[in-house]
Amino acid sequence: MSISYANISSIMDPLVYMKPLPNHNIKNGSVVKIKTKDGEIRTGQVLTVSKDVVVIQVVEGSFGLTLGTTQVTFLDEVFKVGVSREMMGRRFNGIGEPIDGGEPILPEVLLDINGEPMNPVTRDYPRDVIQTGISSFDTLNTLVRGQKLPIFSGQGLPHNRLVAQIVNNAKVRTNEPFVTIFCGIGLLAEQALYFQQKFEERGSTKVISFINLASDPTIERLLIPKVALTTAEFLAFQHDMHVLVVLSDITNYAEALREISNVKGEIPARKGFPGYMYSDFASIYERAGRIKGKKGSITQIPVISMPNDDITHPIPDLTGYITEGQIVLSRDYHQQGLFPPIYPLSSLSRLMKDAIGKENTREDHADLSSQLYACYSKALEIRELESIIGTESLSEIDKQYLTFANLFEQNFINQGDSERPFEKTFNLAWKLLSIMDRSELIRVKREFIEKYYVENVDINSIY
Amino acid sequence: MKYKSSTHPVLGKIIAINGSVIKVEGFRDQSVGDMVNVSTKLNLIGEIIKIVNKIAVIQCYEDTSGLKLNATVENYRYPLSMELGPGMLTMIYDGIQRPLEKIAEISGDFIARGLRVPAIDRRKIWEFHPAVNPGDYVSEGDIVGTVQELSLTHNIMVPPGISGKIVSINSGDMRVEDFAYSIEKRDKTIEKFSLLTRWPIRKARPYKKRFIPSKPLITGARVFDLLFPVAQGGVVAVPGGFGTGKTVVQHSLAKFADADVIVYIGCGERGNEMADLLNSFPSLEDPKNHRPLMDRTIMIANTSNMPVSAREASIFAGITMAEYWRDMGKNVLLLADSTSRWAEALRELSGRLEEMPTEGGYPAYLATRLSNFYERAGFVQVLGKGNRFGSITIVGSVSPPGGDFSEPVTTNTKRFVKAFWALDARLAYARHYPAVNWTDSYSLYDNLEEYWEENIEKGWQDARKTVNSILSKADQLESVAKLIGTENLPPDQQLTLLMATVIKDGYLIQNSFNQNDMYSSPLKTMRLALLFLKFYHKCEKLIKIGVPIFRFKEMKCLNALRRARLDFHSNEVEKMTQLGNEMDDEFSNLEKQYRS
Ligand SMILES: Nc1ncnc2c1ncn2[C@@H]1O[C@H](COP(=O)(O)OP(=O)(O)OP(=O)(O)O)[C@@H](O)[C@H]1O
Ligand SMILES: [Mg+2]
Repeated sequence: MSISYANISSIMDPLVYMKPLPNHNIKNGSVVKIKTKDGEIRTGQVLTVSKDVVVIQVVEGSFGLTLGTTQVTFLDEVFKVGVSREMMGRRFNGIGEPIDGGEPILPEVLLDINGEPMNPVTRDYPRDVIQTGISSFDTLNTLVRGQKLPIFSGQGLPHNRLVAQIVNNAKVRTNEPFVTIFCGIGLLAEQALYFQQKFEERGSTKVISFINLASDPTIERLLIPKVALTTAEFLAFQHDMHVLVVLSDITNYAEALREISNVKGEIPARKGFPGYMYSDFASIYERAGRIKGKKGSITQIPVISMPNDDITHPIPDLTGYITEGQIVLSRDYHQQGLFPPIYPLSSLSRLMKDAIGKENTREDHADLSSQLYACYSKALEIRELESIIGTESLSEIDKQYLTFANLFEQNFINQGDSERPFEKTFNLAWKLLSIMDRSELIRVKREFIEKYYVENVDINSIY
Repeated sequence: MKYKSSTHPVLGKIIAINGSVIKVEGFRDQSVGDMVNVSTKLNLIGEIIKIVNKIAVIQCYEDTSGLKLNATVENYRYPLSMELGPGMLTMIYDGIQRPLEKIAEISGDFIARGLRVPAIDRRKIWEFHPAVNPGDYVSEGDIVGTVQELSLTHNIMVPPGISGKIVSINSGDMRVEDFAYSIEKRDKTIEKFSLLTRWPIRKARPYKKRFIPSKPLITGARVFDLLFPVAQGGVVAVPGGFGTGKTVVQHSLAKFADADVIVYIGCGERGNEMADLLNSFPSLEDPKNHRPLMDRTIMIANTSNMPVSAREASIFAGITMAEYWRDMGKNVLLLADSTSRWAEALRELSGRLEEMPTEGGYPAYLATRLSNFYERAGFVQVLGKGNRFGSITIVGSVSPPGGDFSEPVTTNTKRFVKAFWALDARLAYARHYPAVNWTDSYSLYDNLEEYWEENIEKGWQDARKTVNSILSKADQLESVAKLIGTENLPPDQQLTLLMATVIKDGYLIQNSFNQNDMYSSPLKTMRLALLFLKFYHKCEKLIKIGVPIFRFKEMKCLNALRRARLDFHSNEVEKMTQLGNEMDDEFSNLEKQYRS
């Protein structure tokens, strides 16, 4: 049953307001179709409703709508998206329509894009890894299937290049089906082209893209992650796939949220962002996970460009409060020409502790990672000391630390576009640690030192 | 709804829907706090939070999308309550006490709306042992019988407000709703009772008398047990920015703290963390009596993506269940992670009610609500015959935006708590966990000395003082040392700096993922502290005869001391005694070298 109106009373882009008919039982959250006087059809959704006024947000915006002649039809159903396994390798817009010029998708099912919260007792604790092929991810901040691990970046930092690298190289090493969903939120047209090219270079049939451009409607930015994640849930939990969802850039999402909240006249919390932003973010991020008895998983890498590199800004701050760790990019590294500029000391993967080791990666992984962290952080202190007291006054051991730090940055961090499997990364790490005396390696079990320490390591062989 | 069959509801219809807040017109009869059934089609649970010009403002505990204008709302005239009785332990509830395992059986991996499942299993059979006889006079809080629930004795108590003469009492196997006993009240009416009772969540359960807590609650974490202790019946806030270790603190308290019953509230936090807890619990046992840990635990999991209004209720749901166990004379520890998410739920609902916001957008009643919660902690003499005592200790984490402690939730919380475990992002980045900042943290429980000294080990107070003074002196010296170089400080100051470093990484740091370190028994906590002090005092002595600092740094026993927390399990304290002896020997050798 659908009922049509032509009595819009206010228009505040992207919202329209109108008075419901007395006996019309309007459904909260339901979809409306809006026909402009030129015959254009737009899509909207009921935001709030009362017997005096119903507020509708229009996906394409309310520009050009008129009070008397625009026709609004209530469809009595909530927002759904059609999903299918055939979406693999295709490109879609924010409401799930193909934009790659290909055939429309024949949906296998229609799903409510809001999903339902996963029951905490049916969640399986994540304990298998994804190999990104990037040393500072894999060794120091391992990505775990079912985890949400954001990249905290800043304006002008090469997070897009990093994302493209991850999308092209990420894999599970267990021969299980793996697919990446790339969800572009408010991308510049050129960025979108860059990603498209990068994915095509690899002939990535295993990537599904959802693209919302900066010039596309604001509301669509709020819908697109939900559409992408609904697709992910379908593939992961109905078809046993491991799905990696990259959301780039959440900052654009949050700004859209603020914009709409502002139009709605809501009381803002911090920096103009709405008080419910935490819950809103959670409704996206918490859709990552695993389910007991199901083979698939959803892993998320949201990208956040921190305004003014400020990690206390509400967007990275609230994200950090929901995600399981963070990967922080360093402007300093970037200026030194290191790529990817992942700063190990402020990055952390909270779930790696239970997911690495003999079964999944290698027996020495945990010790190795903690030793690298300890040595590098000690080396940085020595570097600071060196700048005060000069190199001559440093001990031999101190000098080993400095050599370690330089080679660690130049070779381990700065891996460029190459792909390194776990073993390759671990072996490189051992060569680096072998620059130092065995006695310095206190975080590693003795048996691992016996097994992996490289005697008289040649520093020219470290790359 | 569970009361559906017994009463006829009052009906109303929806005139407005705004997120989780709806307005309903037409109730003949209504009170604030009434639980309602929203829409006879969707059956969502709601609670009346305000009545304005006869219109009921309702917060809905489930997602309202798809809810229709003009839909019928049924009011059963009963406040939102918890079910209390045998069968709560080991359960995992959502914010309004719906058992999540049962929900999963019905709706699968995702939580569907409109499900009504009783909180306490109706079919399970319990063996009831009566403790009174027909003709006995009983009044509120008196124990009429007991049920063995796992390894705890579950007292069946006369509900608050009831007194009279036992008319009849059953014994043996029964289900929670079966007849257990009846009481003839003053007015000669006879009321029947089962093992199951109910209590409205927003009302504190009564007790006889409150006392100042004076017995420590052992946490198993050295930094708290020694420096910032909490008492049984105390209140603690654990504030800290993201990733500073609040949840790890809460989880290790749930595992190792010395309490009879743990109520863990995952309030607006991560699903994977609940999975972690549920995953690790079955394999863990209570360090005190080796029972499975799950057997003493009630969990509430209202994760961040579950409805916010149920998040608001979850804190009160938890404290009501905690009070019920306290009333049996148990020591209950309530862990809430995170109270900030609860405050945010309050803020969100307040926004939808279009109330005037105060600082940070929070409603003006934030402080009142916080105190409603924290004031329900305490060490009390419980209702009923006999001198019986029970306690509720609350440890609540606080997640200040940007890690800035001057925000409203942190500052208001500070007014109601007596211990403050401030977690510091700088320490966390340096992987100093638990990242407890020793300058900003405090504990006002200053009467625990007697218990420690008499029941655990002498020297607790002295160890506290010494460690504290080393840490604070070192903090002052550090800036000087940076300028002129540590070597140029006088030897006693160099020693202070050395001690501060080793105390930090050998004592204060405690790795929650290391088998030996994750739990420190009170004895290990003390013996280890005494070893550090011993080392310190011996060095102090030798400085006087001119032993340079670097000689101390090279000592074998120092290295062993730094590793002791990892090398020795709590049940290996004799090895620490041995380390102490080795220390004596090494020091006397050193002393001989310099004396001669
Ligand atoms: N005692 C500890 N021992 C070892 N590691 C720890 C300890 N405490 C914290 N950590 C590390 O810090 C990470 C973050 O801790 P935790 O999840 O408790 O932070 P949090 O304060 O609860 O953060 P949020 O506010 O985002 O929930 C953990 O995953 C773990 O890696
Ligand atoms: Mg936490």
